[in-house]
Amino acid sequence: MVEHRHWSMHVLPHLILGLGVLLVVFPVYLAFVGATLDPATIANGQMGVVPGNRFIENMSRVLLAGAGGSTREPVLHMLWNSFVMAMVIAIGKIVISILSAYAVVYFRFPLRKTAFWVIFMTLMLPVEVRIYPTYKIVADLGMLDTVAGLCIPLIASATGTLLFRQFFMTIPDELIEASQMDGAGPVRFFIDTVLPLSLTSIAALFVIQFIYGWNQYLWPLLITSKDSMQTIVIGIKKMIVTQDALTEWQLAMATAVLAMLPPVLVVVVMQKLFVRGLVETEK
Amino acid sequence: MADIRLDHVGKTYAGGFEAVRDLSLTVPDGCFCVLVGPSGCGKSTLLRMVAGLETITTGTVSLNAQVVNHLEPAQRDIAMVFQNYALYPHMRVYDNMAYGLRNRGVPEAEIASRVAHAAQILDLEDLLTRKPRALSGGQRQRVAMGRAIVRKPQVFLFDEPLSNLDAKLRVHMRVEIRKLQKALGVTSLYVTHDQTEAMTMADLLVVMNKGVIEQIGAPMEIYRTPMSVFVATFIGSPPMNILEATSLGDGVVSIEGHRLLIDQALSLPAGHKVKIGIRPEHLSVQADGFTIHVELVESLGAHQIIHATWGQQKLAMQVETDRVPAQSGQALVVGCAPQHLHVFDAQTGQRLLRDNAS
Ligand SMILES: Nc1ncnc2c1ncn2[C@@H]1O[C@H](COP(=O)(O)OP(=O)(O)OP(=O)(O)O)[C@@H](O)[C@H]1O
Ligand SMILES: [Mg+2]
Repeated sequence: MVEHRHWSMHVLPHLILGLGVLLVVFPVYLAFVGATLDPATIANGQMGVVPGNRFIENMSRVLLAGAGGSTREPVLHMLWNSFVMAMVIAIGKIVISILSAYAVVYFRFPLRKTAFWVIFMTLMLPVEVRIYPTYKIVADLGMLDTVAGLCIPLIASATGTLLFRQFFMTIPDELIEASQMDGAGPVRFFIDTVLPLSLTSIAALFVIQFIYGWNQYLWPLLITSKDSMQTIVIGIKKMIVTQDALTEWQLAMATAVLAMLPPVLVVVVMQKLFVRGLVETEK
Repeated sequence: MADIRLDHVGKTYAGGFEAVRDLSLTVPDGCFCVLVGPSGCGKSTLLRMVAGLETITTGTVSLNAQVVNHLEPAQRDIAMVFQNYALYPHMRVYDNMAYGLRNRGVPEAEIASRVAHAAQILDLEDLLTRKPRALSGGQRQRVAMGRAIVRKPQVFLFDEPLSNLDAKLRVHMRVEIRKLQKALGVTSLYVTHDQTEAMTMADLLVVMNKGVIEQIGAPMEIYRTPMSVFVATFIGSPPMNILEATSLGDGVVSIEGHRLLIDQALSLPAGHKVKIGIRPEHLSVQADGFTIHVELVESLGAHQIIHATWGQQKLAMQVETDRVPAQSGQALVVGCAPQHLHVFDAQTGQRLLRDNAS
């Protein structure tokens, strides 16, 4: 049955896949083409699908000197800001959620169930929903235009806790008991057994949260006003000046291409661990 | 080395379920004690209380005459082998064995020599750098054993360590475990629900049922004089036949209208309902016995088991192959020597004894 499939059964899936890839890749390719053109070509609306010859020039200009629009910040610095934010959010989330999941799963303390459900309920309260109170608190604490103000409110969320809780519940009880017999207390058990076993889950969560942090728009827009704190997502927005032909599209496109690179890199580097973390059940 | 002493130990789980009730037991130094009983009778619970993995509701557990109720598992100087081995999946075999020693601050050189020694005893030398997932079931079992012996503990605890192995390996490992324990002389508590394992391995056999001890003794002693119908049918394979009977007085009982001579010293009053136990291996074909009707013959090679009926009651008989050319549907005249008859009270299920026969 499987061996004797009609030729169309081989072609059709590839056709669909190819179409999907084209849909995703084409706009990215256009952005790349845009980043290689000179200002005149793009301003005249003569952009085709053939790359120009100004790629290096455009790139070095945005990276080091900054583009036009309402921002003067070099993109290199914006990349750094975004990188810091994404890293702090990803690592902060992993640390907080793995510890809280460890507490909820392995310790019998009063109101344990309540604690878990309170964490669970915050799933319904992403930053967008609680943006005014959160802004007020951050402002009152004097954390506007700081890395802390930018990252801490985004670190608090339940997704990671849930992921680790589910994973911890698959670790057999005997393993804890064996550790106890071997003289390992809660801290040793966490470091020696739980952490190594969670490595793939940590990788998966890191990828997801890095991209989540990198793509943040609304929160950084509110919380940062200084150019020196600007993230790249905000930067792109500021380069695009409304309506007028003032927008230097070739520079905006170059910035967009640059903005895509770090998340792609993270996914490519962590791909193997990431996939294992999402599907692995082997103990 | 140490002896284990349980004094009126009881365990009530959070839900109110009483898993172990007022249980007392002393395991002498160096003894291999086997706890056997049906599933859910509280064997694991008892073992885990000795290990310190489960709190003790009532009574005391002592090791070496020192009460350990309040001690953490690691402080009790006990090693445990789990049913699913509970090896650390991310550690190499070497580290699995070394882990407990490292946590105790044993110097690395000492650890290396102890692990090497254990690996040599257990034939694990070529596997030390592998992860558990790259081992077969039997090899994992040996690593779990190794993890226990490198610690040089006062007591070994085993919770059905062989139940995940195939039949052949199980027989092999049970001999290995027994040899090892003899060589090391470590007091051991071994839980199983397999009566063959229990009979073959135990110095001291403890038969449990519903959270209490039914009988304690040497395996052959329990085999020869089971103190209740439960023990009689649990120990021995195939299980003992239990037949309904009525006393006629003067050491005679009637089963299915047949008069059977029992121990006269029991002095049972006429009309008393009893249960007569006969082991399948004690039945034999003889001229002046009772008649049974063969239903099925199972051949085990050297032996065959004849399943038959005696009037309304079922009966099994084990004989050497070719001794009895039995076929289903056939009638056989069989009997049993009076000293091999076990007499139990029909109501309480307890063995009737000479001394306090009323
Ligand atoms: N944590 C618990 N809470 C409530 N009841 C429990 C708990 N653990 C065990 N029990 C009950 O206690 C009884 C004894 O359990 P235990 O595990 O000691 O049985 P066991 O003799 O080891 O059986 P098996 O041969 O199946 O392993 C069982 O009826 C079980 O349902
Ligand atoms: Mg058990």
